[in-house]
Amino acid sequence: MSGPVKDTSVSSEQGAISWFDLVKDLIGTAILTMLILTPIVTFKTTMNQGVLFIEDRWVQSLLLTAAVVIGRLLLHLFVWHKPPSTAAAKPVVAKAPLSESLAKYVAPAMLAIAIVLPFVLHQVPSWDKRGIDFMITILIYIMLGWGLNIVVGLAGLLDLGYVAFYAVGAYAYALLSTIYLPLWFGPGVVPWAFYIILPISGLLAATWGVILGFPVLRLRGDYLAIVTLAFGEMIRLVLINWFSFTNGPQGINVPKPTFFGLPFKDEPGGFAAFFGIPHDRIYSYIFLYYVILVLALITYFATNRLRRLPIGRAWEALREDEVACRSLGINTTTTKLTAFAIGAMFGGFAGCFFAARQGFVSPESFVYIESAMILAIVVLGGLGSQIGIVFSAIVIMGAFELFREFGAMGHAVQDGLMYVLPDAVVSGIGSLFTGTFGALYGLLPDAMRNSLAGATTGMDPIQFRMLAVGLAMVLMMRFRPRGLVTRRQPTVFLKERKSVSSDLVAEGHG
Amino acid sequence: MEYFLQQLINGLTLGSIYGLIAIGYTMVYGIIGMINFAHGDVFMVGSVVSFIVILGLGITGGSGSFMIILALALVVIIAMLIASVYNWTIERVAYRPLRGSFRLAPLISAIGMSIVLQEFVRIAQEGRPKPIQAVITGKHELLHRLTEGGEFIVTISNMQILIIISTLALMAIFTMIIQRTSLGRAQRACEQDQKMASLLGIDVDRTISITFILGAALAAFAGMMFFLYYNVTDFFIGFLAGIKAFTAAVLGGIGSIPGAMLGGMVIGLIEVMWSAYFSVEYKDVAAFTVLVIVLIFMPQGLLGKPEVEKV
Amino acid sequence: MQDWSKDPELRVQHLTMRFGGLTAIGDLSFDAGRKQITALIGPNGAGKTTVFNCITGFYKPTEGMINLRHADGTEFMLERMDDYIITQKAKVARTFQNIRLFSGMTLLENLMVAQHNMLMKASSYTIGGIFGSGKFKRAENEALERCKYWLNKVNLMDRADDPAGDLPYGAQRRLEIARAMCTGPRLLCLDEPAAGLNPRESDELNKLLLSIRDDHNMAILLIEHDMSVVMGISDHIVVLDYGRKIADGTPAQIKVDPAVIRAYLGVEEDEDPGENIVVAAAPAKVAKVSVPRVVVQKRVAKKPVVKKGGRK
Repeated sequence: MSGPVKDTSVSSEQGAISWFDLVKDLIGTAILTMLILTPIVTFKTTMNQGVLFIEDRWVQSLLLTAAVVIGRLLLHLFVWHKPPSTAAAKPVVAKAPLSESLAKYVAPAMLAIAIVLPFVLHQVPSWDKRGIDFMITILIYIMLGWGLNIVVGLAGLLDLGYVAFYAVGAYAYALLSTIYLPLWFGPGVVPWAFYIILPISGLLAATWGVILGFPVLRLRGDYLAIVTLAFGEMIRLVLINWFSFTNGPQGINVPKPTFFGLPFKDEPGGFAAFFGIPHDRIYSYIFLYYVILVLALITYFATNRLRRLPIGRAWEALREDEVACRSLGINTTTTKLTAFAIGAMFGGFAGCFFAARQGFVSPESFVYIESAMILAIVVLGGLGSQIGIVFSAIVIMGAFELFREFGAMGHAVQDGLMYVLPDAVVSGIGSLFTGTFGALYGLLPDAMRNSLAGATTGMDPIQFRMLAVGLAMVLMMRFRPRGLVTRRQPTVFLKERKSVSSDLVAEGHG
Repeated sequence: MEYFLQQLINGLTLGSIYGLIAIGYTMVYGIIGMINFAHGDVFMVGSVVSFIVILGLGITGGSGSFMIILALALVVIIAMLIASVYNWTIERVAYRPLRGSFRLAPLISAIGMSIVLQEFVRIAQEGRPKPIQAVITGKHELLHRLTEGGEFIVTISNMQILIIISTLALMAIFTMIIQRTSLGRAQRACEQDQKMASLLGIDVDRTISITFILGAALAAFAGMMFFLYYNVTDFFIGFLAGIKAFTAAVLGGIGSIPGAMLGGMVIGLIEVMWSAYFSVEYKDVAAFTVLVIVLIFMPQGLLGKPEVEKV
Repeated sequence: MQDWSKDPELRVQHLTMRFGGLTAIGDLSFDAGRKQITALIGPNGAGKTTVFNCITGFYKPTEGMINLRHADGTEFMLERMDDYIITQKAKVARTFQNIRLFSGMTLLENLMVAQHNMLMKASSYTIGGIFGSGKFKRAENEALERCKYWLNKVNLMDRADDPAGDLPYGAQRRLEIARAMCTGPRLLCLDEPAAGLNPRESDELNKLLLSIRDDHNMAILLIEHDMSVVMGISDHIVVLDYGRKIADGTPAQIKVDPAVIRAYLGVEEDEDPGENIVVAAAPAKVAKVSVPRVVVQKRVAKKPVVKKGGRK
């Protein structure tokens, strides 16, 4: 081990580490990791017929410790002690204009992709419904991200309870479409419920935005974050406990939206029958996809427009310096409330759509973690940047979905290989793999082999996805705290539009 | 009246636990000005670790009292050690590199860390609640009255006595540390002005680390007591307890250690009284309402100092 | 009666501001004349910025009246108005001692934000703006013209599209003044506009302020330590010490006023060499110094620390 270490200490003049320090560091890491892992990973408590047992998993925790130590060693060797020249030589300034010239084409290109996407996915038989459904999910989160961006990114008010407005929209649809609209206007109105309720849900959410926004106007920073979190949780707890109104944790089944009155059902008067085409559930997916695409685009263009109006500029000024705003005659109370209300309104639209698309709502969908996820999307995108939010929603939700798909995808790749390559090759590769691992596996002692088998079974990748989101949030803040898109576009200019580096942009008081 | 007295005892017990967690919030907020969102989950880790150790040692309510005391002493030490290691690592990995970064960064990092801890424990130990038989049993009747309305009894359990007394003892030790030792002085100096403190030769990084360790040790103790009191724990207890303890910290006046304890007692009492007299379902809503009201109308808390807006 | 008291733009009467037990301003009365530059001077901690904060509504005074009367006769009682309404209705604009620009926004945007109320009205409170009404477009062009005018006036036209945070210190001060002027004020309150400026820059500042007074018929209220600025352009000087007015008059009168000399030069104070060290240990404050200031610093250091807390 000392060989390569010596090499690095010779090759790098600065930041070199002696092998003694390195070993000390690694031993420290190992001890620390063992302390962290030992109680919780090593001793697994399982319930068996009502009695708790402890089952030890030394192998796993030793393997994990080894992984951490090796990872740290690699970081020491290849990342942390490189000669400084390589890091400093990177031209930082040259990057901005390039990305800016590209940025002009990104939005239209993405719009074009978004428009044709369902037709492309339609051609992939095994992935059409799931693919489009997944795209719908991403679009919902993009829309929520854009909505929250008004509050957090533009007005600089840190809102950790955004999911409350999403819930208001969803429950507005659920309650109005199942109970109140039929009660008031008769059951004939139900096919049109979505179109009627959509604007109402936005207004209701905006009202809630004002109601919840009003008391927190004086708060800033962490306090604002925790109060909004509390509001979000309160709304969820009320939804759970107010059984007579919301049906509690069991949730409500709601009607699916129709194509302007035509239900997506295999029946006369249904969508397919009306247009004289064979019934296929895919039409419903495609329809929903375009609905959410339109809603998201409305959010996008409305926000863009608002930014160029005095109200939007006041939001950004509020984020930069509230006291200065007041000295310029800006009513910060109404400015904050409009930001809350408009952000909430888009959350309400998204919630209404979500309820209609799921066909079911329950308080389970509106937990605090959802708020944290949406906030993570906005922050990873780069506060205030709308295009950045599209990327980050795709990255985060994509990664999220990947965990679900891991198993399935493995099979898909295998199937694909089977299809392309001759059988012999595939089985050859397969036996090579099993051969190598089998041989290694055989070398392990019995006890270890058993625990390894135990370790890998019952570990479903889907289990790890929230863990990954949490880790991503931490790493993101460490390495790219300003998000993916780090430049702010001015809203007005005389000669040329020069983007502003986010190092200068304040992040608001709340 | 008897009913009220009983609830008072229950409330003070719960309040002690909240108070112990709240100290961690209040100290960290005082010194680096951030809500350590993961602190509630450190409490949870302390609780889960003490559960595992108790299960591993195989002590139950039936073990001899000498064995129980010996075992619990061991549990306390292990839980405090492990929770401290967790909080120290969290500070090193997730907060320290962000010092001087933009203001939202540590908060978001802390939210991420909270998710990581919860998920880590959930994956490693499964999500189901972990119940055990009560280890510390026995209770004392304080009042016994027979009236026409029925039998009224006020009791205090050994566990409740243990929680309240050990909390008071820890508080006393802790206040001594803050007021009398050089560590406490360094800590108060860092709260005032970190740059100046470091110019005067205080190791700011080390002081912050120790703050995190102390906070975690108290939270772990609270976690163990919580577990022994309710005889059940799981990966999610940190979220609610954390928010309530934070409320306690703000109510008492952020940065003030007696305030945190006082706030904890008040929150514990409110929660217990609300469940007893109004509705159990809405007890968390009541706690959140207190949080909102306190933050909006008295952000300086009971024992904190008011802040004048600087222009 | 002095000429500033005949038809004052601003009349402050018996203004008192207490923070807890500390009296930051005690029974202060003065007038600021129309189309005049009134300087508010005094040693550090004398309560000058507190007076500003009371006038602009950031603090509510404990006692006293602050009356503002426009040339057309409309009167405002500033002590009863909220800060943003004072700017909006009473047309008082201010700058800050520690510059408060929107550093992530461009110069042009900074000036556009200052015209928020006018533009809000023109955009029919956003509704008309969303659909691009003609009225809003006209108002926006008008606003842009005003921005250009002020950018030219403060010599920052060529940097209009740069972020405000990129500007050098002196330019930031000028931009802040331009931004305040874009709100269309009748009274401009400047908190140490010359702090940190080099002699050439403070000369330019003098010209700018005179031009604002003469070409725009403005009343200016000025807090300043730089005596070349104060003596060079003020029509009227009010001197504060420990929250009380100790002198009030023309620059010529103030220069020879015994109370002012005592406050600034500390005649009655016995010299203690130890305190000079205290002064030297506050480099940030000594940096922007003229000779009398050093002495001022010493006097502040002599008072108990409580005196300083809560002020500003």
